[in-house]
Amino acid sequence: MYSRGTELSVGVFVLLGALCLAFLALEVSGLTQSSDSGAYRLSARFDNVAGLTTRAKVSAAGVTVGRVVGIRYDEKTAGAIVDMEISQSFSQFSEDTSASILTGGLLGEKYIGLMTGGGPNNLADGDVIYDTQSAVILEELIGKFLLNMSSEK
Amino acid sequence: MVEWITGVGRSTLSHLSNLGRATLILIQAITGRSNVGVHWRLTIDQVYVVGVLSLSIIIVSGLFIGMVLGLQGYTILADYGSEQALGQMVALSLTRELGPVVTALLFAGRAGSALTAEIGLMKATEQLASLEMIGVDPLRRVVAPRFWAGVISLPILSLIFVSVGCLGGALVGVSWLGVDSGSFWANMQASVEFSDDVLNGIIKSVVFAVVVTWIAVYQGYDLVPTSEGISRATTKTVVHASLAVLGLDFFLTAIMFGEI
Repeated sequence: MYSRGTELSVGVFVLLGALCLAFLALEVSGLTQSSDSGAYRLSARFDNVAGLTTRAKVSAAGVTVGRVVGIRYDEKTAGAIVDMEISQSFSQFSEDTSASILTGGLLGEKYIGLMTGGGPNNLADGDVIYDTQSAVILEELIGKFLLNMSSEK
Repeated sequence: MVEWITGVGRSTLSHLSNLGRATLILIQAITGRSNVGVHWRLTIDQVYVVGVLSLSIIIVSGLFIGMVLGLQGYTILADYGSEQALGQMVALSLTRELGPVVTALLFAGRAGSALTAEIGLMKATEQLASLEMIGVDPLRRVVAPRFWAGVISLPILSLIFVSVGCLGGALVGVSWLGVDSGSFWANMQASVEFSDDVLNGIIKSVVFAVVVTWIAVYQGYDLVPTSEGISRATTKTVVHASLAVLGLDFFLTAIMFGEI
């Protein structure tokens, strides 16, 4: 009833399960990226972040340099504060860096684009970017367009 | 009218006492003193029967479900020019829903029915009664190892199912339909969160494992010891377990992913 072969195959079975868990953790959910210890935090204040979600990517010149880790409402300035984790290997953003909310493709996801400036000092952990451009809201654009149309007549 | 009311009352009482008996059997089987060494070996034996022997059906159906998801998702996503999101679609639907649910359904059909039939035949041939005669508790000797084996095996099978499914989706999407391999995996990694999606999927499959195995061993232990009773209990195991899995899945999804 109980043999060495059974024992062996159950061992292989459990090992297979552990390997699959590792596969799911590393390949499918990309756990290595999110547990990147060499990351620092930047924040940016936007007037409007409509459509941006946590885990959205942060890119500079099209290259992904970090992720959005939190979005909260700032009562003092009546705007939104976006917390970003930037990989330590990209630490050369100058203090006059600007941030804007961009869209990948026509219906794509929102992401944050950083444009570095020319200032002498670099942004450090915990700094806040105030030079920002908010999300484009389609309804506002259409509203402006219609207003222009009617005023031209 | 009076007959109808008494009928409703009688069936309610019988369902309630069924539930009570099932709970008592479960509690009695998993608590109480047991000979750890012997029972551990019995459990390993049962993991072989319900887990290792289910591997082939799990791997084959996981592969095909992943491939169908890849194919079907591609044709729809390509209409919107966003076929890069294929990896995200395949991985999220597998880790959150399809992996735990389909594995539990297959497990109920492949292993649950076998458990019921085996325990039922032991009861019909009075092996359980003989065990009791020689002073061995059949709940601990026969039912408990099978229950634990099911609880251990199903989450592992579900992990294997999801992994194979993702690979199947990648095979169809990347190798055959030409989605860019980098964006396929990068989109998948960006959207699947380990603690939210993978761990919740594992929790789901643990819950399903307890429910399916519980129903299977209860139906086997409690059946009418005739050949007709065995066949009826086997059917009941598959039907009840499938319904329980699908119903519970809704509530678990509502709790885990409802507020997103």
